[in-house]
Amino acid sequence: MANRDMEKREAQSPSETERTRSRRVYSPRVDIYEAKDAIMLVADMPGVDEKTVDITLDKNILTISGAVEPDAFEGYQLGYSEYGTGDYQRSFTVSDEIDGDRIAATVKDGVLRVTLPKAEKVRARKIIVRAE
Amino acid sequence: MFWQDFGRFGRGWDPSRDIENLRREMNRLFTTTSPREAPEFPAMNIWVRDSDAMVTAELPGIDARDLDISVIGDTMTLSGNRKADVLKEGESYHRQERGSGSFARTMRLPFKIEADKVSAKYERGVLQITLPRAEEDKPRKIQVKSK
Repeated sequence: MANRDMEKREAQSPSETERTRSRRVYSPRVDIYEAKDAIMLVADMPGVDEKTVDITLDKNILTISGAVEPDAFEGYQLGYSEYGTGDYQRSFTVSDEIDGDRIAATVKDGVLRVTLPKAEKVRARKIIVRAE
Repeated sequence: MFWQDFGRFGRGWDPSRDIENLRREMNRLFTTTSPREAPEFPAMNIWVRDSDAMVTAELPGIDARDLDISVIGDTMTLSGNRKADVLKEGESYHRQERGSGSFARTMRLPFKIEADKVSAKYERGVLQITLPRAEEDKPRKIQVKSK
């Protein structure tokens, strides 16, 4: 784990539009893998729960975002800091093969898991090659 | 840098703190761009007050049973393991950015820790450890008597 760059990454420019909240935005680290009938997206978003995470699919842009209140503990002072807290946002372009209506997601221990099911017509597209 | 930052403990609110934060951020940016130096994992923040310190770390997707905290004197060691997702037959990665494996990190606090009273909670992927200051190490107030 140590030989990887584990530092939290600040999002370059979350989107073309400006955000209304002046809070830091981080780009979550993700794993994307392909299963038989779905594409799975796993994102590390510590600090979010099911109420503060948001997934949108607009045309073919999938955006995951999460709102995190910056840490502030009553009576404490930040004495030493190695990471910052703030919102998360990251967008991906997905192909038409994804069935947007059936996207499902769960969040546990700050890890978001999104299931992007492949559309029926894509799954059924098996071409049978006949011998002449 | 570590001790420099600790030197600021207990000074109270300081308007120059924003500048200090900026300086720290710059230091962090420049120190981590050197290719050889891997940042220590997990990154930690330390919150302090007179009676205790609170260490927070972002550790998403870890089983709390895989975390181990030990305290000796003024040092705290956090170790643990993050299991990698196991892909099934026929599944393949398009992108893999999340790390996995075991980690260990030691933090030294500017005071002796009351080991029996250390508590920790893990919520939404964030670990929060409260380290109370040992009774014998607490600052004593000395009354100045006037005749």
